[in-house]
This record gives sequence, structure tokens and C-alpha cells, in this order.
Amino acid sequence: MLVALGLLALAFFALPLIGLLARTPWSKLPEILSREIVRDAFRLSIVTSSLATVFAAILGVPLAWLLARAEFRGRGLIRGIVTLPLVLPPVVGGAALLFALGGRGVIGEPLNQATGLLLPFSTWGVVLANTFVAMPFLVITVEGALRSLDRRFEGAAATLGATPWSTLRRVTLPMISSSLLAGLILTWARALGEFGATITFAGNLAGRTQTLPLAVFVALESDREVAIALSLLMVAISLTVLLTLRDRWWRAL
Amino acid sequence: MASAVNLVADFRLHRSSGFDLELSISISAGETVALLGPNGAGKSTAVAALAGLLPIDSGRIVLGEVTLDNPQVGSFVPAHQREIGVLFQDGLLFPHLSVLENVAFGLRRRGVQPEEARLRTKDWLRRMGLEGLERRRPRHLSGGEAQRVALARALVTEPKLLLLDEPLSALDVTTRTQLRRTLAEHLEGFPGPRLLITHDPTEAFLLADRVHVIEDGMVTQAGTAEDIRLRPRTRYAADLAGANLVSGTAAGGTVDTGRHTIHIADTEIKGDVLLVIRPAAIALYPHQPEGSPRNSWLTSIALIEELGDRTRVLTEAPLPLAAEVTTDSARSLGLSPGTDIWLSIKATEIDVQAG
Repeated sequence: MLVALGLLALAFFALPLIGLLARTPWSKLPEILSREIVRDAFRLSIVTSSLATVFAAILGVPLAWLLARAEFRGRGLIRGIVTLPLVLPPVVGGAALLFALGGRGVIGEPLNQATGLLLPFSTWGVVLANTFVAMPFLVITVEGALRSLDRRFEGAAATLGATPWSTLRRVTLPMISSSLLAGLILTWARALGEFGATITFAGNLAGRTQTLPLAVFVALESDREVAIALSLLMVAISLTVLLTLRDRWWRAL
Repeated sequence: MASAVNLVADFRLHRSSGFDLELSISISAGETVALLGPNGAGKSTAVAALAGLLPIDSGRIVLGEVTLDNPQVGSFVPAHQREIGVLFQDGLLFPHLSVLENVAFGLRRRGVQPEEARLRTKDWLRRMGLEGLERRRPRHLSGGEAQRVALARALVTEPKLLLLDEPLSALDVTTRTQLRRTLAEHLEGFPGPRLLITHDPTEAFLLADRVHVIEDGMVTQAGTAEDIRLRPRTRYAADLAGANLVSGTAAGGTVDTGRHTIHIADTEIKGDVLLVIRPAAIALYPHQPEGSPRNSWLTSIALIEELGDRTRVLTEAPLPLAAEVTTDSARSLGLSPGTDIWLSIKATEIDVQAG
């Protein structure tokens, strides 16, 4: 009985993949993948999710450090806010970003008046939406690693003359490097697959904000073969990421 | 070389866990003081305060001319700016760095150029007998090797104060004896004050010139090793520190102590040894004990001290030893200073260590 149910679950995961492979127009695949709309979406996806990962690293590591190390009231609430994007429907996240950073947004309006910068419907808007949705993965992974790190190593570094910054750079981060790497890869993968917040906040403009998931959505309406080819491309990228990580991120988390 | 300076520390520190530490200690240049106490007595807190990892609440810590911590005048030198070498219990070598990088770490952080740092590091590794291990990662070192690397790392920056936090505790017995010798040797060559933190009385007595006994965040007794061993003031000191240490030369199951020959159970051991005899392992009799145990002799009582339900009896020639009996039996034996008494020790109760 258990085995049967287990196999059923496996089929449930495998069948869509098989369906996708069965419908793939293999002979036309190179031609479809070299079309401009596909190449644009691919390039945009890679660039925006990589930039989002960089921002998540710059902002997320210090945030994780604060959550793990600083003693302050309301840490639970802050951790809740940080993890909210994990459970929030991405569309809601995109809408919230729009209210905050849109042309009429609380911050977006003065920002626009002061600098002329308009984030929504721009490539930077995609990066912002990606960062918003994906950064929690990095924060949670790194915070967990910092908590389980023996803090006496940092003390030892200090007695050897390392400033707090130098300790972070030369001792703390290298010692949690596998968790950090796992967090970065998860963040990148989540950003790559981001759809809801992106389409809400940045729209769906080919070449500027149309990432791979958005292109799949559009192609489903217009050209199924393109949709299948794009989907296959994303499956390939995701599988590569998972195989790179293997059991690493389970251990790191 | 680091110039010779004194350490004066007199402070109180309150931990958020509710623990209070009150410590008053001063160590001259070239002197080793041991802080001896059970786990949870506040020894690690003392290290943290001296190293600058925990600020004190009141009092002061002064090293030479430099005030490291004095909340009253608002001065605090952070850990990374204090010239203090620390040897931690399990070494705390950075696992992601090689032996060479670990030892050079302090020099590089203090602005020494890479080439000079490498030369000084290599010199210390050679002094510690660690040549050829430069590229190893800490996880591929034995416990003794790791601790020698950690010692090199603490000494290479030529600190003004050396803190040894349970340096031998994580090692097995054989390695411990070896490293204790290495440590004694390098303490000798270190010009500044040295503080040894330990829960092992043997370690404290062998390495330190003076011993502070710390219990529950307070120093309960301070003095020479001899003072504490022969006249412990608290129950803890009596139980753990109050052991008799006798050095001598072993051969064929006997140890020549220079004053008296003592029989031991181990017939194999040869050469310099250290005998650890717990006072409670010494029995006292008003007359010569029957069955004539091999370690038995007539002596007289030098001093009697009651510590609650137990009484310590200090005996005189041929070999001064501290014995411990229940206060009841001390009374029934009618012990008083100057009276003669028979003493006996079972050979199996004598702990023999390579000296």
C-alpha cells in the first residue's frame, strides 16, 4: 500500500515532465531556441536573477548577521517580515512593491521627483522584484549557519588582532561558506523562476522585463512550441542547479 | 621582544545569566599564576574579560602602562587592539586555513607584511617541532600537534600577556605530559605575565608559581602551590587541589623520593615520576598497623585543620604528607600537634605519572 502510494506520488511529479518531453519538437528546437524573443528572455533572466543574487548577498548577509547575533526586542517580528515573501503570493508582493516604489508610491513618488528614476516597468524593476522574493532564502540559510557556528572562533580571531570586519571576512564567512553558497544558489534559482511579483511590478515588456517565465506564459497563448522549448530550457537550468547542490543544501539548512 | 610588564586586574563582572565574577589578581613579568577552579567557577569569564571579549562592570584591568578596561573612566581597549596571546582549550585553529596561515593570521592582521609574516611563522613552527606541517589543515593534525600550532599562533605576535585557557584538557594522558613539558619550556622563555586557567591541580602546581583557587565566581584562596596543597582552605581545594605531589625516580616498583622509598603498583615504569597521593588515601593509626603494609612509617603531626566533617592532618618527617580523615575518627584517635602517629598508604592508591 505504502509502496503503491509512493509510486503514485513519484508518477505525479514525473508525468508532467514526461508530457513536456513528449510534446517537445526536438527537430525544431535549435531554431526555436535561437529566436530573438527566446534569446532576449534567456539573457534577461540570467542577468536579472544574477543581479538579484548580488543584491541579496550585499543586503541579506548583514541582515542574517543581525538576526543571528544582535540582541534586540522584536526579533521574532523582524524574522516574520523577512520570511513573509516566502509564503506571500508573489502577485501580492509585486502589488506591495508597486504601492511603495511605483510612480505614485510612498517612496517611489519622491524618488521619481528627485532623480527622475522610475523603477516599475524597467529592468531594474525586475531585479527589485526578484530580490524581494528570493532574498529570504539567503537570509534564512545564512542565519541558520551563523547560529550553529562556534562563536569562540570569532573570539580567537579578535585576540589575534582581527577587527570585527576582518573577522567576518576571513573567519566567519569562510567557515559558513558551504551554507552561503547553498543560500546563493537557492536565491538565484528562486529569482530565475520568479513570475508573479515581476509581472505585477515590472510588467511584461519583451527585451526589458520579459524574463523566461513571462515568455513561457505569453507563448502558451501564441506559440505552444516556443512555450515548450522555453519550459524545457528552465527545466534544464533547474536540474543543473539541483544536481550541483545535491544533498548540500539539506545539510546546510 | 615584548617589553616586560605587569598585569593588574581587579574587577567585577555580571553575566546576563545571573553569574557574578569578582577577581583580583596581579601577575609580574615572568611569573605564571594559575586560576584553578571547577567548571562553572568563572574561569572562562575571566579569560573573556582579560582578552577583551567581555567588558567588565566595575574595577580595572591594567597591563603595564595601558589601561585595558576601566568603566569608571570610560576606557576600553577592544580585543583586537589588546596585545594578548590566548591559547584556547581545543586550540580553536581556523579549520579553513592551513597551519601556516593559522599561525601567520595574527601577524597579518597586525599589519606585518606577507614575507616577514611567513619567515616569523616558519621560525615558530620550527621551534615547536612542526616543520613539514605548514600546508596541513587543522583536521589532519593530532591533538598534540594542533595544540602546538595554537601555541605558536598565540606566541608569534609577541604579546605582552599570555592567557592559557585549559591548554591541556582536550588531550589524552600521554600527549598531555609531552605538551606540558613543551608548555613549561615556552612559558620559561615568555617575558610577560602568564595566566594559566585550569581545573587540573597537577597542571597548576607544575606550571604555576602561584595559584588562585576560584569557586563560584570568587577567589577563595591564593598562595603558592605548596600553601594550597598543604593548607587548603575550602572543601573544593581540599578535595581536588589538596593532593600530595611527590617527585622521585622509579625503578622496579619502588620510587626513591630522596627522603623515603615508596612502593608503587606499577613495576614497569622507570625514570622520573610524579606521585599523586590523595589525602583520603592515607590511613592513620595510633600503633603500627597489622599485616605490615609496605608503605607504612612512624611520623609526627605538624598541624591539624578541621574542614567540616573532615579533618586534614599534616605529617612531618620522613616525608611530609597531608592526610585526611573524618572529623569523628580524628577525635577518637585523639590527634593533636606533636603526637606520634603511624601512617600507611596502599600502593594501588598511588597515582603514578611520568614526570
